[in-house]
Amino acid sequence: MRARTGALPAAVVQTARRPVRTLPPRVWLVVLGVTAAALVAAFLLVGLEGNLAYVLPRRLNRVGAMVLVAVAVGVSTVLFQTVTGNRILTPSIMGLDALYILIQTSLAFALGASTLLTLGPPIRFAVEVTLMVAFSSMLYRWLFTGGGRSLHLLLLVGIVFGVFFRGASSLLQRLMDPSEYIILQDLFFASFNRVDPTLLLISAVAVGGLCVPAWRLRHRLDVLALGRDTAVGLGVDYRRTVTLVLVICSVLVAVSTALVGPATFFGLLVSALAYQLCSQFRHAVVLPIAVLLGVIALVGGQLVLEQVFAFDTALSIVIEFTGGLVFLALLLKGRVR
Amino acid sequence: MITLDNATKRYGPITVVDGVSATIPRGGVTSIIGPNGAGKSTLLSMMSRLLPLDAGTVHVDGLDVSTTSGQTLARTLSILRQENQLTVRLSVRDLVGFGRFPHNGGRPTVVDREHIERALEYLDMTELADRFVDELSGGQRQRAFIAMVLAQDTDFILLDEPLNNLDMKHSVDMMRLLRRLVDDLGKTVVLVIHDINFASCYSDTIIAMRDGALIHQGTAEEIMTPEVLRDVYDVDIQVELIRGNRIGVYFA
Amino acid sequence: MFRSKQPAQQHGSVRPPALWLAAGAVLLLALISLFVGVSDVSPADLLAGDAEVWQTFLVSRIPRTLAVILAGVALSIAGFILQLMARNRFVEPSTVGTVESATAGILVATLLLPAVPIVGKMVVAALFAMAGTALFLVVLRRIPLRNTLIVPLVGIMLGGVISAVTTFFAYRFDLLQTLNTWMIGDFSGVIRGRYELLWIVAALAVVGYICADRFTVAGMGEEFTTNLGLNYRRTMNLGLVLVSLISAVVVVVVGSIPFLGLIVPNLVSLLIGDNVRRAVPWIAVFGAGFVLLCDILGRVIRLPYEVPVGVIVSVVGSALFITLLVRRTAGAR
Repeated sequence: MRARTGALPAAVVQTARRPVRTLPPRVWLVVLGVTAAALVAAFLLVGLEGNLAYVLPRRLNRVGAMVLVAVAVGVSTVLFQTVTGNRILTPSIMGLDALYILIQTSLAFALGASTLLTLGPPIRFAVEVTLMVAFSSMLYRWLFTGGGRSLHLLLLVGIVFGVFFRGASSLLQRLMDPSEYIILQDLFFASFNRVDPTLLLISAVAVGGLCVPAWRLRHRLDVLALGRDTAVGLGVDYRRTVTLVLVICSVLVAVSTALVGPATFFGLLVSALAYQLCSQFRHAVVLPIAVLLGVIALVGGQLVLEQVFAFDTALSIVIEFTGGLVFLALLLKGRVR
Repeated sequence: MITLDNATKRYGPITVVDGVSATIPRGGVTSIIGPNGAGKSTLLSMMSRLLPLDAGTVHVDGLDVSTTSGQTLARTLSILRQENQLTVRLSVRDLVGFGRFPHNGGRPTVVDREHIERALEYLDMTELADRFVDELSGGQRQRAFIAMVLAQDTDFILLDEPLNNLDMKHSVDMMRLLRRLVDDLGKTVVLVIHDINFASCYSDTIIAMRDGALIHQGTAEEIMTPEVLRDVYDVDIQVELIRGNRIGVYFA
Repeated sequence: MFRSKQPAQQHGSVRPPALWLAAGAVLLLALISLFVGVSDVSPADLLAGDAEVWQTFLVSRIPRTLAVILAGVALSIAGFILQLMARNRFVEPSTVGTVESATAGILVATLLLPAVPIVGKMVVAALFAMAGTALFLVVLRRIPLRNTLIVPLVGIMLGGVISAVTTFFAYRFDLLQTLNTWMIGDFSGVIRGRYELLWIVAALAVVGYICADRFTVAGMGEEFTTNLGLNYRRTMNLGLVLVSLISAVVVVVVGSIPFLGLIVPNLVSLLIGDNVRRAVPWIAVFGAGFVLLCDILGRVIRLPYEVPVGVIVSVVGSALFITLLVRRTAGAR
């Protein structure tokens, strides 16, 4: 270990590569789209036996949750990275999904389990999402308007914020009455295998509703990716756009966390892969590709784990592992800007 | 015409630009000069609404920059900052295409394509159009961004130290280009510049700032005198007339 | 007392009393710790000679308080050594993968050598911790731009990847529950006969204190160290062994206590500056005091239940870490 730890600025390492022309984006979209559809079909149909009226809806429910999560995570990550001007920060790395869990827990702690349960999923979800948007925008304002904070600092602060939120949630859970906590465990314990149908419906509406403004922002997002000054110079209402994007991200993260719990590196994995596959910057291409990759990773991964290895819920651990490696690779390649 | 009325910018207790009032005429090259920390770039940023004003107003072509919508302004004035670091990887043509964003909102038409090709041609970038921006040399990259600004097709073009990081040849090329924009296309160019001799040779108007205040405004003839320059820079600068240009000699 | 009159002597003569004062405060906390808990143990009962109370006192309270102090002191010093070696303020066993590797080691030992006594598990854990820390140091050399913040970032991620592998296997073999007991530090299980291994870390911490200056030198780089006539490799290896052993033992006995080795040395450096020799005793006192405080808090906050110290420290520690990050990097981009 040499003494090279001086406070070097996070300079840009230019990798002088020849442009690698991959397949045109349109072809990628078709290929990925067909793959995703095939995987979804396989997930629904492989080994289908027994009482169809029972098995099929269950599978539909699970695959629906996976697709929703893929959309929510893919869109929120790409949007977030564009707004923050880099390819490594993601909402969940910044501790957003841990924040959502903390909000859920605090709410349960403050109101008590029974009150929370009588509220019913729609109202509960609405309250949680509102709090989420409020707190996350406060957090972002603090983090991003500090002026000239380096990306590495933001990353580290974000990660430690995640630890803090998780620690605080677990503290609150332990402070609860144990009998209350047992009631709530069902609520907290999210997984693809037991998604509440009502929650799925609400999530579908929320995700669908948010994809419309996200899609309509796509050209503006292309401009935003050039940096704040250039974007303002080209007439983009910077503040409004960024605020809108952050609100969209907060809600999407809330949806995916509510559905299946936290997944710190899934978004990073999907966006890194999407940018790698198509050397494209246009959101009209990157957004659908990221979403499709997400569907392929989740549905395909689950399918392989279940059918080949006969594991059932280890997917999140595998994703965490791969995503962590991708993150390390991005850091070590000095591509973090 | 750009009209500044009492334009002021403060950072906490420090006033960076202190009540600047001025009129920059339409057409022509206007250079803003002054020592480091005089507030030149801040002033330019306020003129181009990249920074909000703390007091006073700026009107560009009659539009108040604080209240006019971003899109309308982007069709009237364009701004090029000195550091243009891109996180996205895109080709020169794609970059220039962004200049049309204020006009088409991201959906290019035939007219837009013509604008883009014209801008590329004007800057002699047609051959480089399919290269990625991050593969270009500093001078080429600067020209690519100028092409984008040109494609934006605004009457007013603001540039913050466009000669930064350019060698002599590229600096001369850049200033000639700006001159052509004014003489051939009737644009109004405002730039912040450090080299007083480039300012002297290529400007119609020079604005001199010091300590956040505008202290002199005039033609090159009026500004390029030992007295005025001393006032601005606190240095004795001889001014020689060389081939009709006033050149300040301050190297020894 | 005469601080304003003798600014030059400030570092020499005024500090020791302050240190004794701090040590006294920690002792007071230790006393409180002896008498806090579910079953009532009061000084009066002890004086009255109640056998049952004495039993609780000797079997549970004294070992627990000792364990808290030992772990707090050792982990803080381990973090400090690591910081000297890496010349980076933001590293400590839980931000460079040491703790995660130790946990992986215990899991492997539990799976493959279930019959082995706890000392055996500790040895395996220590070996894994060493390997993990060494891996981190190797990865660190390959970072093209090394700034202060990228070092802990890489370390945390490395730890994350290692613990993902651990979790995967724990999940496969139905050991998640067991894994949790190592991941969240908890002193509630500490009784006589189950904490004595921690005395090892006390000895290691003393070695660390004696060698602290060497680690400072080694942190300056290989050429610099050799120039001063010190064996670079040996010094670095010594540091590696110290840090890994301390982390492994603590994880085996009480579980992970995150960020402790990071915040304590940083707080001390903010308070008294960066003189290494002077810092170590302070770090020891602060570390003990901090963990005592958190453990007592965990015992009283939700009577009659206990909140594990790991949970309390992760909340307090991460909050302090964020504050430190924002304050200590302010201005330095």
